[in-house]
Amino acid sequence: MQLFRSFVKKEFYHIFRDVRTLLILFGLPIALILIFGYVVTSEIKNAKIAILDHSKDKITTEITNKILSSGYFILSENLKSAKQIEEVFRQGEVREVIIFEPEFSKNLSKTGQANVQIITDASDANTANLILNYTRAIIQDYSMSLNKIPAQSIKIIPQTRMLYNEELKGVYMFVPGTMALILLLVSAMMTSISIAREKEMGTMEVMLVSPLKPLQIILGKVTPYFVLSFINAVTILLLGVFVFGMPVKGSLILLLGESMLFILLSLSLGILISTVSPNQQVAMFISMMALMLPTILLSGFIFPIENMPPLLQWISHIMPARWFITVLKNVMLKGTGLLFVWKESLIMIGMTVIFISMSVRKFKVRLE
Amino acid sequence: MNTILHILHKEFIQIFRNKTMLPIIFMLPIVQLLVLVYAATFEMKNINMVVVDQDLSSKSRALVAKFEASPFFKIQQNTFSVKEAESIIKSDKADFILNIPSGFELGVLKENTGNIQLLINAINGTTAGLTNVYATSVIADFNRELIIESINILPPAIQQVINVEYSFWYNARMNYKIYMLPGILVILVTLIGMFLTSLNLVREKEMGTIEQINVSPIKKYQFIIGKLFPFLCIALFELAFGLIIGKLVFNIPLVGSLPLLFLFAAVYLLVALGIGLLVSTLSSTQQQVMFVSFFVMLVFIMMSGIFTPTESMPDWAQKVNIINPVAYFMEVIRMILLKGSGFMDIWKSFVLLFIYAVGIISLAIWKYRKVA
Amino acid sequence: MSKEIIISVQNLMKKFGQFVANDDLSFEVYKGEIFGFLGANGAGKTTAIKILCGLSTPTSGKISVAGFDAYTQTNKIKHNIGYMSQKFSLYEDLTITENFRFYGGIYGLNKKQIQDKTKQLLERLKLEDAKDKIISSIPLGWKQKLAFSIAIMHDPKIVFLDEPTGGVDPITRRQFWELIYETAHQGITVFVTTHYMDEAEYCDRVSIMVDGKIIALNSPKNLKNEYQAKSMDEVFLKLTRN
Repeated sequence: MQLFRSFVKKEFYHIFRDVRTLLILFGLPIALILIFGYVVTSEIKNAKIAILDHSKDKITTEITNKILSSGYFILSENLKSAKQIEEVFRQGEVREVIIFEPEFSKNLSKTGQANVQIITDASDANTANLILNYTRAIIQDYSMSLNKIPAQSIKIIPQTRMLYNEELKGVYMFVPGTMALILLLVSAMMTSISIAREKEMGTMEVMLVSPLKPLQIILGKVTPYFVLSFINAVTILLLGVFVFGMPVKGSLILLLGESMLFILLSLSLGILISTVSPNQQVAMFISMMALMLPTILLSGFIFPIENMPPLLQWISHIMPARWFITVLKNVMLKGTGLLFVWKESLIMIGMTVIFISMSVRKFKVRLE
Repeated sequence: MNTILHILHKEFIQIFRNKTMLPIIFMLPIVQLLVLVYAATFEMKNINMVVVDQDLSSKSRALVAKFEASPFFKIQQNTFSVKEAESIIKSDKADFILNIPSGFELGVLKENTGNIQLLINAINGTTAGLTNVYATSVIADFNRELIIESINILPPAIQQVINVEYSFWYNARMNYKIYMLPGILVILVTLIGMFLTSLNLVREKEMGTIEQINVSPIKKYQFIIGKLFPFLCIALFELAFGLIIGKLVFNIPLVGSLPLLFLFAAVYLLVALGIGLLVSTLSSTQQQVMFVSFFVMLVFIMMSGIFTPTESMPDWAQKVNIINPVAYFMEVIRMILLKGSGFMDIWKSFVLLFIYAVGIISLAIWKYRKVA
Repeated sequence: MSKEIIISVQNLMKKFGQFVANDDLSFEVYKGEIFGFLGANGAGKTTAIKILCGLSTPTSGKISVAGFDAYTQTNKIKHNIGYMSQKFSLYEDLTITENFRFYGGIYGLNKKQIQDKTKQLLERLKLEDAKDKIISSIPLGWKQKLAFSIAIMHDPKIVFLDEPTGGVDPITRRQFWELIYETAHQGITVFVTTHYMDEAEYCDRVSIMVDGKIIALNSPKNLKNEYQAKSMDEVFLKLTRN
């Protein structure tokens, strides 16, 4: 035990001596939370549009003003001819061109009909759709205000309630997502690299011939990272709660317990990676290349899993982050207890056990 | 020149001899590209819903049938208690409850108003908003049918109508994949290039071989170029490979000029790899290098506009993006590939990145000390 | 023997902040001799050798190596010296031939010269058959000799050896010193640091450094006479005890 304690101490010294790495370890979650909180937003704001107004009369001006005062759009330029449309799209800034036909007001009052054409740059299909919908809604609104609405005959009134997140805040998605991403990447990367480093430098052999048992060596390597990751988890939670108003409806103890479980899971994944990697470079590429994008994309962090093709939905089951994100959302937002997350917890425990037993087997093979 | 060739020769031998790294460099990104492009979609299909029909009338059934017929919704379960429905949402089996209270049909027939309730799981604000939009439009449709059915005539003609016609350019079928593929490709290519470069130099430091090079008369710039070029080649090769996959598997349009794209990509990669080199000249262990580059990359990627439009970002973030090379390339690769933008359309980004590349590589050369 | 001066050091000082690593060193090295640079670990040997190789700039003093100034002409110096460190800087994942090709290349040798030199040096080491072996698979003793051969591949005027025999068994060390003798015979000056005192006996002249200062400089024979010692080990002990 004495031996073990001094070994853990040595690992802590290693970490605290490297101030730059330490700064990054603690700076990363803060930076990411702030980026997701303030920068990454799928809302449309200040989308640049161009207008080709063949009429320039009272109504087209009014519609234009309505669109531009909505806050969604900024006028990039007024076009003079249809030829310019292709050009402005190719320059990349303009996302939508609105075209008013000639004699717009005249047509409207004479025939009761007037035409507006909207062309969107659909290379970004998602944004194009949103922009189009906003524009149509504004024009429709204006169109309605031109007419006295005929007495409504039948009306079904849907009353919508947004459960768990009445203001549709994005923070409810990104706090759990960031937490899972950071804990997984940092824990897996740190352990796998530091163990691979010992192997590469030959110091692993020295430790293996010491009276320390292999299990103690691994535990000793992992303990400091467990502590660091837990501090990270708490940092993210505090930022989420106090800066972005994320609620914690369920039990705080359960939340912290599940976080520890997920950290353990990530650490054991890191150990497994280190046992299959001959050197730091490989360990790093596996833990970074193989974990980063799949975790961002397949865990339901940014893109909802239900929308994915069945094969990918199935693959998402093996992403550890997916289960942790579900647990976080359940406990923090829905306030559910262990009763609702026991399945996810069991899966995470199972994954941890599998990773550890695979590492142990690999480790033994190496020793023999 | 000869000296540089000797370094290149050596680097390429080392890269191709490393049997564990080769599949990681070449296979991993391609597999990820193939799989992940399918994942990146906001298209909503199969919103799982629970129906609580407490009215059990012909009208309520007709409304439920409307939802059933919509491509957006999938009825998971029917129940009679809102409580039970809410617990289904809690357990994540559905995201949307349609609650039709008893007396719905009566209300429609007698008072011309029927009240229903939509309960949406709004943890993901974006999808909740969309769910609401789709549900409302199904209900509006149903409403219109009811009007036609009951009065049996069209509603009185509205005097003035503004017709909105719309068209989607460059992507008429609204295929989100052709937008995401270049984005994911940029990230994969950058990660591979930048990390290989930065780890390579610091590895020579850790192994001690750098000392032997430092006592030789080799010039700093020769050494740095020799270290950049191989990884530039690998990254460009992967870009080409990724585009071929994109064309064959996802049928992404390659509208613009490919030489222009590769020219731009080369300049961009010089910046990205230059950052990698700079980081490694300032670090002494692989661990340090990788944490610093990881941090820089993650921030750059998240701010690059891969998932969300950059113009929606706050002003300060857009200013930060001036030094974010990923944001430049993310925009330009999509412009060239999908819209066919030419040099005149992207020259500003090109010039800025070029200056950036020269600056960052000079800095790396300057910071790389042959003198301890 | 003509005493042509090839390294001249006058009042060399090197400070790292408050710490003085080299304190007022002055010495000369003659062409073709084996010059031993002795001292305990941390005495300042490596710092001095780095300055002479142009890897580090001195704080003050007048230093010329192979006729070039250590402040302004470091690149000219580098053309004329070879260097082998205690780490034997070979690329572990390249073959013997590839290592020769690379290092020859960065010293500006052409293809023909590289091939000839590689052949000649491998013949001398009797390693022709192993030329396509990967470095990581060969014994430490071979690596050491190969690193030395690479350091003299471009026929430098001086070769600097920084603790070249660390971690090598006595027999291999003996063989290695034979290589050094041969090299010196060809007229290449050998500047070697070591903390093995028995190796000091092989040098033409040795300097002994303690705490950044040179406290003795002479041939081993003269030093032993001066301090009435049987071996260099004794000389060193007597010097450091004071």
